[in-house]
Amino acid sequence: MSLENRIAEIIVSRLNVKPEEVTDTASLKDDLGADSLDMVDLMMDLEDTFNLKISDEEGNTLQTVGSVVSFLKTKGIEA
Amino acid sequence: MSDKRVVITGLGVFSPIGNTTSEAWENAVAGKSGVTRLSMIDPDLFTSQVAGQVKDFDAAELLGPKRARRNDRYTQLAMAAAAQAWEDSGLSEESIDPERVGVVIGSGVGGMETFEKQHTTALERGPRRISSMFVPMMISNMAAGQVAIDLNAKGPNFATVTACASSSHAIASSVDAIRLGRAEVMVTGGSEAPLTMMSVGGFCSMKALCTTFNDEPEKASRPFDRDRSGFVIAEGACILVIEELQHALARGAHIVAEISGVGMSCDAHHITAPAPGGEGCARAMRMAMTDAGMASGDVDYVNAHGTSTNLNDINETAAIRDALKDRADKVMVSSTKSVHGHMLGATGAMEIMLTALALKNGIVPPTATHENPGEGCDLDYVPGTARKADIQCALSNSLGFGGHNVCIALRKYKGDN
Repeated sequence: MSLENRIAEIIVSRLNVKPEEVTDTASLKDDLGADSLDMVDLMMDLEDTFNLKISDEEGNTLQTVGSVVSFLKTKGIEA
Repeated sequence: MSDKRVVITGLGVFSPIGNTTSEAWENAVAGKSGVTRLSMIDPDLFTSQVAGQVKDFDAAELLGPKRARRNDRYTQLAMAAAAQAWEDSGLSEESIDPERVGVVIGSGVGGMETFEKQHTTALERGPRRISSMFVPMMISNMAAGQVAIDLNAKGPNFATVTACASSSHAIASSVDAIRLGRAEVMVTGGSEAPLTMMSVGGFCSMKALCTTFNDEPEKASRPFDRDRSGFVIAEGACILVIEELQHALARGAHIVAEISGVGMSCDAHHITAPAPGGEGCARAMRMAMTDAGMASGDVDYVNAHGTSTNLNDINETAAIRDALKDRADKVMVSSTKSVHGHMLGATGAMEIMLTALALKNGIVPPTATHENPGEGCDLDYVPGTARKADIQCALSNSLGFGGHNVCIALRKYKGDN
């Protein structure tokens, strides 16, 4: 499964949104309805799935689906 | 005292005997038990293996997947019951000022399942893996907070936590709020989801639960009976919409019954055992009758706390004798816990609802499982079969660990002013 698809799966499950809503430019908060509590748990999901640490500062930069994908790629995660 | 009168104008319930008011009422009258073998968790781990479980409750379907996921089962049950009660009341956000609608919902513990799951996660993976939703899901006031969000109810809002008297305190406080003019409408009751390892195990350790009818669950909760051996743990939620009488009349609301008095007291005696002779319960009953302007001779029916424990049933019987004097030999007394089990923080609301329906319908639900009176249990417990009776005045008792006693007095509503 591609990195994009794995991330989309996590977001769909955590935020209870439809897969088609999870587009590259979709804002996690404004478009997909995440509140600050969802964001904390979403970061934990990503940490668990990809086995890495996301600092609060790094987490705050992750505002869109696309930003999550590129962040994980900079961490050397491809799929 | 205020001249404002308070009536019940909406009912909602998710319980072991039904997920609608009519289903729950019909089963209570028919004496049809909702107690089954415990299946939500492994029954073989416990000495008591029976429970009152809410059947066919699909939270994701009823509330939507996201709202279901973000709330503990106790809050989910409260949300679903509150939605039902609100619809039944005929009120809408447009028909009443949101600031004049309050919510008080009691729970004995709150989000027990959430607490246990997250504690397990913390032990296995460390405290940094505790979900951000842990605190909001666990706290025992979240049902009140979440129902207010659902109904846009911006008036007085809090939770009451007095073990098995929690939802009766919620209703008592809501009656007070309306009498004091703090709100016109209160959405109130209780919710509990205690079918978890720690809750069931904890009550088993207290030797509070029935252990002698594991093979006959429907007979396990037997209030005032010779063969009782403890209460049957149960889950569920019951929510009432209560309303200032003139407000209800002005909008043509359907009125179930009047809540005419409130009594509350404490035993100040022991953490779990009732005071000898049920003196604390008797004082709450007298206070409720005085508040309602009822004489003991007016009381036709007492919906007892009647838990099916040895100590409760003896002491509550003594309390009823103490409070009602000669009338105790004429009054009908029943415990509907015989069919729905002990819904803990939700049980008072459940029983107040059934008492209101008994007044409205002129039928007293039975103590369905009662066969042979236990020692010291010598009242008319309406054993086995419901009784038709045009009752006018009723009392509903709720007693909680901690020595908390609540009695709610209700009257048949006859369409006067």
